[in-house]
Amino acid sequence: MRKKWFLALLGVLIVPMLSGCNLLVLNPQGPAAATQAKVIITSIVTMAFILLVVYCLFIFMLVKYRASKQEPGYKPPHIEGSKVLETIWIVIPVLIVTFLSIVTIKSTSDVEATPKSLKDEKPLIIYAASSNWKWHFSYPEEDIETVNYVNIPTNRPVEFKLYSFNTMTSFWVPQLAGQKYAMANMVNTLHLAADHPGSYFGRNSNFSGAGFAEMEFEVQAMSKKDYAKWVSDVHATAKPLKEKEFNKLLEDGHLGRKTYTGTHLGFNPAPMSHQHSGGHEQGDMTKEEMNHHKNDKEKHEDMPGMEHGE
Amino acid sequence: MKIDHSVPKEYATEENRLKIFGFWIFIGAEVALFGTLFATFFTLVDHTATGPTGHEIFELPPVLIETFVLLTSSFTIGLAVNAMRLGAKKAMLVFMGITLLLGLGFLSVEIYEFTTYVHEGASLQTSAFTSALLTLLGTHGAHVTLGFFWGLFIMIQVARRGITPETANKSFIFSLYWHFLDVIWIFIFSFVYLKGMM
Amino acid sequence: MKEYFSRFALENGDDPMIIGSQIAIAVVSIAIIVGLTYFKKWGYLWRNWLTTVDHKKIGIMYILAALLMLFRGGADAILMRAQTAVPNNGLLDAQHYNEIFTTHGVVMILFMAMPFIIGLMNVVTPLQIGARDVAFPRLNAISFWLFFFGAMLFNLSFVIGGSPDAGWTAYFPLASNDFSHTVGINYYAIAIQIAGIGTLMTGINFITTIMKMRAPGMTLMKMPMFTWSILITNLIIVFAFPVLTVALALMTMDRLFGTNFFSIANGGMDMLWANLFWVWGHPEVYIVILPAFGIYSEIISTFAQRNLYGYKSMVFSMVAISALSFLVWTHHFYTMGHGVMVNGIFSVTTMAIAVPTGVKIFNWLLTLYKGSIKFTVPMLWAMAFIPIFTIGGVTGVMLAMASADYQYHNTMFLVAHFHYVLIPGTVFGVLAGFTFWWPKIFGFSLNERIGKWAFWFIAISFNVAFFPLFLSGLNGQARRMYTYSEASGFGIYNLISFIGAIGLAIGFLLIVYQIYWSTRYAPRHVDGDPWNARSLEWATHSPVPEYNFAITPTVDSIEAFWDKKEHGKEIFKGKIEEIHMPNNSGLPIIMSAIFFVFGFALVFSMWIVAIVSLIGIFVCMAYRSFEIDHGHHIPVEKIKETERKSGVTFNED
Repeated sequence: MRKKWFLALLGVLIVPMLSGCNLLVLNPQGPAAATQAKVIITSIVTMAFILLVVYCLFIFMLVKYRASKQEPGYKPPHIEGSKVLETIWIVIPVLIVTFLSIVTIKSTSDVEATPKSLKDEKPLIIYAASSNWKWHFSYPEEDIETVNYVNIPTNRPVEFKLYSFNTMTSFWVPQLAGQKYAMANMVNTLHLAADHPGSYFGRNSNFSGAGFAEMEFEVQAMSKKDYAKWVSDVHATAKPLKEKEFNKLLEDGHLGRKTYTGTHLGFNPAPMSHQHSGGHEQGDMTKEEMNHHKNDKEKHEDMPGMEHGE
Repeated sequence: MKIDHSVPKEYATEENRLKIFGFWIFIGAEVALFGTLFATFFTLVDHTATGPTGHEIFELPPVLIETFVLLTSSFTIGLAVNAMRLGAKKAMLVFMGITLLLGLGFLSVEIYEFTTYVHEGASLQTSAFTSALLTLLGTHGAHVTLGFFWGLFIMIQVARRGITPETANKSFIFSLYWHFLDVIWIFIFSFVYLKGMM
Repeated sequence: MKEYFSRFALENGDDPMIIGSQIAIAVVSIAIIVGLTYFKKWGYLWRNWLTTVDHKKIGIMYILAALLMLFRGGADAILMRAQTAVPNNGLLDAQHYNEIFTTHGVVMILFMAMPFIIGLMNVVTPLQIGARDVAFPRLNAISFWLFFFGAMLFNLSFVIGGSPDAGWTAYFPLASNDFSHTVGINYYAIAIQIAGIGTLMTGINFITTIMKMRAPGMTLMKMPMFTWSILITNLIIVFAFPVLTVALALMTMDRLFGTNFFSIANGGMDMLWANLFWVWGHPEVYIVILPAFGIYSEIISTFAQRNLYGYKSMVFSMVAISALSFLVWTHHFYTMGHGVMVNGIFSVTTMAIAVPTGVKIFNWLLTLYKGSIKFTVPMLWAMAFIPIFTIGGVTGVMLAMASADYQYHNTMFLVAHFHYVLIPGTVFGVLAGFTFWWPKIFGFSLNERIGKWAFWFIAISFNVAFFPLFLSGLNGQARRMYTYSEASGFGIYNLISFIGAIGLAIGFLLIVYQIYWSTRYAPRHVDGDPWNARSLEWATHSPVPEYNFAITPTVDSIEAFWDKKEHGKEIFKGKIEEIHMPNNSGLPIIMSAIFFVFGFALVFSMWIVAIVSLIGIFVCMAYRSFEIDHGHHIPVEKIKETERKSGVTFNED
């Protein structure tokens, strides 16, 4: 009876495991995601070792010391503990944690910087701002703005400058990099690059209300040549983005894809313009930033996205 | 109920000892509560948006009066507990009465201070800074208000029932509470007002 | 007039599911009232339960309320799993789904796990330290009733005004008036606040009880492990809950009075909420898990029939865990853009928790060494806990690594992880403790056969329900999505998970059946020690008399009762004397009911009612201040009579 259950369970667990090779996070297509996948595999192997030790010990104890196996009248002894044993299972975990700490700090500083292999390339800066429930991508360099999709050249580092027009969201492209929050009063930086041309799934992963489930976008990585062609195509065909139109975009809920020339950064700038790339400690805005922020306030107030509740 | 006569009355019964110990733990929780409020205040102190800064609204005279009044009341509640231990009911009541009057004085000045702030355009809704400031001060003020009524009820009980292990225990715990509010005020005075005015 | 009442209506009030539950709630309430009146049970209920200050009865009421909430939260869970079982499912809409995952989280953590644990600690702790009651019996009743009315207020949101819909973490700005239009978040802030005040008082009460009321001879290092876990848990409560109190108060002010703490205009900081929430929230995890560690320690040592291995390192590891629990909150938002430095430090502190936790796992395993293991139902729970919780623990270490967390954060991987921690850690723990101490509370045992069926259903279904979610998280499924497309490939994982959820539901229904069956048919036994256990609570009769111990026990070892049985050491020295007990009081329930009215008035900004009820609360406090109540004494004769009924004989001299 128990065996049958066990087999059924095994079947249920193994089927999805077999498709595991396709799991997005473990199938990286860019240097940052590759670093993360490597960290994940390293930690899974390390943890599997710990599980193995615990499980072997556990099964040994259960098999050897069950009451039905003992002689009748067997009285278990009184054992206080053992300094040697207890030291062992303090020291070995400490060593494992130390090892993983080093891995963590090294890999975190890797993913928080321009990928090493692309050090010589000038990073492409793209502003990614969320509003309920869509993503606005602004290319200050190319003077282009898109909604719900973003095109990037392959093998060039991209820095996404993340912020939000209202609720807190999280910008996540599993195959290219991890995620970071986009928030209303600060700008975060996400470093990302794509190895190969292709279409990659991205989404907001931080719950942001009724339209959250559908808040997805597409990252299209294309060769530098195709990218340049796309840029010139946009300039040839797309309409310019006007403030009035942008305000309407903010107001609308879900939207399809849109393409414009010009960006909203001119008339509706990001919360804080200067942002050190290593990330930002919350709470310690400099005086200058504060002032900048204050000046923005007027603009914030006549932002339609924020008047929902009234 | 076993009464132990070798110790002060407020510690005389098992129940009394438990209550004093429990109250110290309560004060520990209060420290965490005010600690969180202070942390919130320090986080938001520069977030003045279009509203005034502390430097613009703080005035020394009322704050000095509040500090002086509250510190004195802490001294008089100490005298009241001392009188209680000596069994001087009348002196105890007088000192407690002075304490509560000083508490009232503190509250009046604080209310005056709040209305001035609101007139100067620093209300609860003005900015994150004013929200945090008035909430921190208001929480302390609410504690003093509660303390005032609590103290008053204890005074009535001492007047009616005399200094018994029960009333002594209540009075002693009240004095702990009152001293605690004073300590909190010293932090408010130093880190909110003085630091803000500098 | 119509406009005034419209705010009590629900946005999705025409949903048949909601109408159905409204009718069900109304019918059940009427049935209860009619039933109590018909059988003339109001007086009995009032005198014996509603006004009681007896820690055992309060504990039972806590556990009863927790079980009810387990089914409320469980219904939410089943609905969630049903909605996501197949792609593009239309069972629930987004708003409804958002409400149920929010209430699922709040109910399970605050109104199920917490009261279940507080219930067990109420029943067991005073017995385990040989005390007559807790330090402040009446405060204990207030704690319970505040929790109860807080929980009721929270559940009211389901039928009046709308449930909270911003997740159990209620992050700003989503939880502000701008983005959450219903009164749902008001309910969240105020109901949890009321229950939280009760919890804080429990913390103060139990620290005082354990520090000051232990039996003579029971030094700190001779306390049973469960008592140790409760002491540490309550210390965490006392220092963590005030943070929640402040956070919720600021939230309430932002929503009701227009302050700017967490707003995105006027200088407010949405991140401040996240910080305050998790400064409380992470220790909260240990508040619900450490007592379960205590329960497992008692059960494993009882059924391995051996003393607990490494007592001292067990105590120190709990102290270390509780201290570290205050130093890791930032790991809940590595992705908020702290530098490498901050994330690195918090990664290290978080992973450090694995070390003391590992110490505990190995000590439990070594407690089995050379033991003689009996597989009773409580022991089965404890044994399933070790392998399953270890998966939860090691995935926790994986999540602690900041760089990798950028991929796990906000995904089903995280959901799988914390269920792997909280279900074996807390739910198995309270079920184990519940079955273990049931005969102590009621004087008969729960049926083992049905219990084992329930155990296997739950233990296996749990893995079926949650293991696939690790994979779907790694495949890019974010948490809290009410639906997903077929192309995403999440379907298979969620379908398997739904099957597991059904298995879990069957398992929990079997537990209900087990309780029903045992209450009706299980043989009653007067033996106070059915498991051959080791600590003091088993030294008195079952059910426990109101005064707990006729003679206060004296102890000189960790396992005093075991030593009495094995080596004949006398623990009840001296003779029976008059016992002083506290009187029952109606004040706790009345005051808490007024708190309920006050909370309801605040939720809907009905200021006059709020002010009147607030005055009512202060009147209750004033009444208490003036009240003279010295309790009562149980005379020696009556004690002897009670003891005789339980089969104790005296040499009358």
